[in-house]
Amino acid sequence: MKPVAFEYCCPDSLEEALQLLVEFGEDGALISGGMSLGAMLNMRLVRPAALIDINRLEELARIEIKADEVTTGALVRQAIAMQSDKLASTVPLLMRALPYVGHYQTRSCGTLGGSVAHADPSAEIPLSIVTLGGSVTLRSMRGQREVAASDFFHGLLTTDRKADEIITALTWPTSVAQTGYSFKEISQRHGDFAIAAVAAKVTVSNDEKIKDLSLGLGGIEDRPFVVDTSSFLGKLANTETANAIASAVAETVSPMVDLQANADYRRQLVRVLGAGALVDAMVDATRQRGTA
Amino acid sequence: MSGIVTGKDIANVLDPIPSAVRVPIRFYPIAVDKVRYVGEPVAVVVAEDRYVAEDAMELVEAEYEPLPAFSDPVAATAADASLLHEEVGSNLVHHRTFKYGDPEAAFEAADKVISLAWRYPRYSSTPMETYGLVANFEQQPDRYTIWSNFQGPFILHALMTGALGVQGNRLRLITSPHSGGSFGLKQAMFPYMVLIAGCSRILGYPVKWIEDRLEHLVASSTASDRSDQIEAAFRADGELLGLRFKNLVNVGAFIRAPEPASVYRMHSASNGCYRVQNIYVENRLVVTNTTPIGLNRGYGGPQFYYGLERAMEAGAKELGIDPAEIRKRNFIQPHEFPYQTPAGAKYDSGNYEGGLEKALELAAYEDLKNLREHARLEGKLFGIGMAAGIEPSGSNMAYVSLAQTPEERAKAGGRSGGLGTATVSFDPSGSVTVKTVSTPAGQGHRTVAAQVVADILGLRPDEIDVVTEVDTLTSVWSLASGNYANRFSSVVISAIVESAEKVAQKLKLIAAENLEVAPEDIELTGGRAQVVGVPDKSVSVRRIASQTHWHPAGLPDGMEPGLFEAAILNPPMLNAPDDLDRVASAVTFGYVFDIAAVEIDPSTGAIDVVKYVSVHDVGNVLNELVVEGQIYGGFAHGLGGALLEEFIYDAGANPQTGSFADYLCITATEVPKLTIGHSNTPSPHNSLGAKGMGDGSSMLAPSAVANAAADALGSFDIELPLTLNKMWSQANGNEYVRAGSARPKLGDGVGSAVFSDGGLEGSGALEISATRQEVWINLLDPQTLSAVVPGCEALEQEGEDDYSASVKIGVAGIKGTYSARITIHDKIEAKSARLTGSAFGSLGFGRGEGLLELEDIGDGRTRLTYSYQANVGGKVAAVGQRMLGTVTKFLIGQFFKGFERELASQHHSSSGLGSFARLLGRGRS
Repeated sequence: MKPVAFEYCCPDSLEEALQLLVEFGEDGALISGGMSLGAMLNMRLVRPAALIDINRLEELARIEIKADEVTTGALVRQAIAMQSDKLASTVPLLMRALPYVGHYQTRSCGTLGGSVAHADPSAEIPLSIVTLGGSVTLRSMRGQREVAASDFFHGLLTTDRKADEIITALTWPTSVAQTGYSFKEISQRHGDFAIAAVAAKVTVSNDEKIKDLSLGLGGIEDRPFVVDTSSFLGKLANTETANAIASAVAETVSPMVDLQANADYRRQLVRVLGAGALVDAMVDATRQRGTA
Repeated sequence: MSGIVTGKDIANVLDPIPSAVRVPIRFYPIAVDKVRYVGEPVAVVVAEDRYVAEDAMELVEAEYEPLPAFSDPVAATAADASLLHEEVGSNLVHHRTFKYGDPEAAFEAADKVISLAWRYPRYSSTPMETYGLVANFEQQPDRYTIWSNFQGPFILHALMTGALGVQGNRLRLITSPHSGGSFGLKQAMFPYMVLIAGCSRILGYPVKWIEDRLEHLVASSTASDRSDQIEAAFRADGELLGLRFKNLVNVGAFIRAPEPASVYRMHSASNGCYRVQNIYVENRLVVTNTTPIGLNRGYGGPQFYYGLERAMEAGAKELGIDPAEIRKRNFIQPHEFPYQTPAGAKYDSGNYEGGLEKALELAAYEDLKNLREHARLEGKLFGIGMAAGIEPSGSNMAYVSLAQTPEERAKAGGRSGGLGTATVSFDPSGSVTVKTVSTPAGQGHRTVAAQVVADILGLRPDEIDVVTEVDTLTSVWSLASGNYANRFSSVVISAIVESAEKVAQKLKLIAAENLEVAPEDIELTGGRAQVVGVPDKSVSVRRIASQTHWHPAGLPDGMEPGLFEAAILNPPMLNAPDDLDRVASAVTFGYVFDIAAVEIDPSTGAIDVVKYVSVHDVGNVLNELVVEGQIYGGFAHGLGGALLEEFIYDAGANPQTGSFADYLCITATEVPKLTIGHSNTPSPHNSLGAKGMGDGSSMLAPSAVANAAADALGSFDIELPLTLNKMWSQANGNEYVRAGSARPKLGDGVGSAVFSDGGLEGSGALEISATRQEVWINLLDPQTLSAVVPGCEALEQEGEDDYSASVKIGVAGIKGTYSARITIHDKIEAKSARLTGSAFGSLGFGRGEGLLELEDIGDGRTRLTYSYQANVGGKVAAVGQRMLGTVTKFLIGQFFKGFERELASQHHSSSGLGSFARLLGRGRS
């Protein structure tokens, strides 16, 4: 378990990093925390000609809070994000998801952008940004573009990022009034890849009805995705509706199968975690209305 | 400086490694002509560092002719099973039956007979530090030196010299003073020691090997997986009258020494804690295409108790007796010790009922039962389970010879014993060094040895150095040396005490002469030898010890100079097996009683261990912290086996658990609070009254947790590990089938080997705007195939319907180049065909089969339906199993998408084809 020989580059500026990507193309691999790439390198599952270490790009490690959105630089460590009071109040869903990401030690290295770039179908950060309808900002020598998170993840470890691009930032819509959040997942051991993960965002109107709803699933198919729940808008925000939504959704998914779980079990988890997350988010929304 | 060594090279210079079983298997530490399991070494690449060695390894091309492979022990017994070793003529490599008392009569007299059959999973205690060794060969005379973290037993030294073809003093084993965990696993590195020593001989320089995690998880060793049965005969009052054990053990591809010991370690204690006299045992050991098994914490104990202690619990349920009560009624009583068991063990001491009572008290058993009642009223799945067991410690090296019949044993010559050795010496400066050959791996041997010797010599523990390096040329060692079977506190400590007491006696003789009193009046305390109770009349221990070196002429008359004492002791009860196959298998017999309470969430299958109590008899406690640490560790390992850990092979015997992402090693987060109690009875078989310990709950937690789960679920038909999906299926009455598994049914009859089932499966359909004939021609056209096979770089026709290709496939950055072979069979013109294919590359290999069918759906359109199944092996399967299903679907989808595109371009009409641009294969598997 030793990587193949590669060139190690440690650019001091984004410009320099982008130039290296042009130079190496498909054969260049970006590394930040290295929590997934490190193991894949060791096992020679990936064989880059060059490893481009972006850890010195301080400009990618900032958290910016704006009126209706929050931008987290790609290099923001998961542990730093967890400690951010500003993020806790503006992007509550991310705060609920982060404790499930790996372990204390790995979160100190792992970055928000790295997790999104790696695009593991079970990963919590991609699921959170998809559920919230956030976006991914990419830069290359050709310019900058922003891709909706829902379009960014193409499949297993595969994204919309082109070989010459760097993810520079993630943009998260700021929490709005009367909206509650919940994140739930099940894995065999804490910190393992989720067998199933569910993220919910629910806005409840003053008359206890569902005004807005976003339910995201991870670990079920080859990428995180938001399910279509539009037919439930305007329904009463209660346990019965939550169960109905989760049961309906469970019938529409095509779950992955692996050693840990067959399709029936994953579908069951969509039902159980989905209903639980929706109820929690409804309660959260109602509580906020009370304090508003 | 680099080289490559193959199996043929090794077979040219070394002999096969001898076996404990007389079967015509030639066991080399590397594959020669035939590879029998994934992980078996095929070539050794030596370079200046591992990076370069791995680069070079990728350039080694091995040509394989695929043979059928299986991993299940029941499949090994099938009449049509392929043979691993043709010379043997069967996959059954060991078969013996034993009878003690009159089992037939016992079963006839029974009011209730319990029968259970089950599979026990393959797992291991996965030490943090893996194997590491350096081997050097020198000539004139031929001589090998191996530095390693080998744990013993040093009886394996004789097997290594046999393979290397040198006399004992020409194989120098030097082991590290301590290693980062071992748990039995570092016994199984001896074939690798032979292999690397052979490489040094062939290449002419020292060779180093540090095992990596993938190598460890795939190719080191594990405990055995088994397919066992038990029958237990009970009288209506709960008395256990008789037992029948039918053990079917998967030993892996070779029966590697000390196997078949894993079924004989517990053999003479087949009665467990109970007075039952009538016992029948059948042991069948089979070879399969899996990694050879070996020692692992509890060696044979978890598998043994999983039968006995579940049968006790099931008997209690059936007879309407409390499970604690039924055990009490059958326990050996305190006044019956020393107790001779039917199969020859001599239990030293114990108060089993006292231990059980203690555990019930700590668990608040009556409250726990009330809690269960309330939980059940609320519809919860709550269960209580328990398990009782003895802990044999300090093995008789001869128990392994039960594998031979009494006649074979007589012919082979006698075997008995388990020597413990130690030395204690004072150097000329007057400081003490203790040497043991106990190869510790974190068990605190140095702490305890220093503490015990300090007590005897009247010194402080920190003044004493304990040397635990073993060097077979300079240490005092014997066959049984090493670290296994809880031997330190059962045997080794007695040797340390004996040598320290010899030293103390000499010190007292010198002090007595100096102080002009009788030696009996001298005590060693506070660094001084003093007249008992008279601190004023004393002399420094250091000074009189120095005197033995500096001034031998001044010593008492007739005393030998120097202070160097060795003890070589053989526990006297360790006799040879008798003609009735009875043997005293161990020196001390501790006792463990565990109670578990669990709650299972029927909606997710999550199992919560809400209470766990474990009471131990370790004899006199030598060091409380060490004992407690060992109890925690044993519990964690047992719980890992119960809840999470399993080495999984797919239907083609490909390992699927090559990293800690898939081999779910238990971690601190998953270990619940453990309540520990003690019920110690000093052992008369040990000079300090101590007993061996350390296996502990690693042997019982699987049974206790399984019994609790069975109580919660209302069924004993459960299989470890109790993972989420499995528990959810069981709690809801669904059959659980793990992806890719294909196994014969359990039971008495021979299994039917199933080789093609399982693996990655899928199916799909697409509609194409072309006639059946057009589709058919294109499907069989090399040019079309070359255009649509994902990543196809060169496709060549090898014969009619037979193609070879170089294919570059991968997902994201994980790419590999494979040489592939595709053959088309069973062609029915324009209707259907079957395709078989295989691919080999540096990341792994795959084999698969697909069925294509074409159907006319009018308007010149055709429906193509396909189904496939595939097995993937090698590194990519071992470390990436959770991705394989998705990747396979993706690639098959790409193939058909490409096929559609190709047909469309031939038609020069893009209209109507856009609607097919969806990811094929999704949702139909």
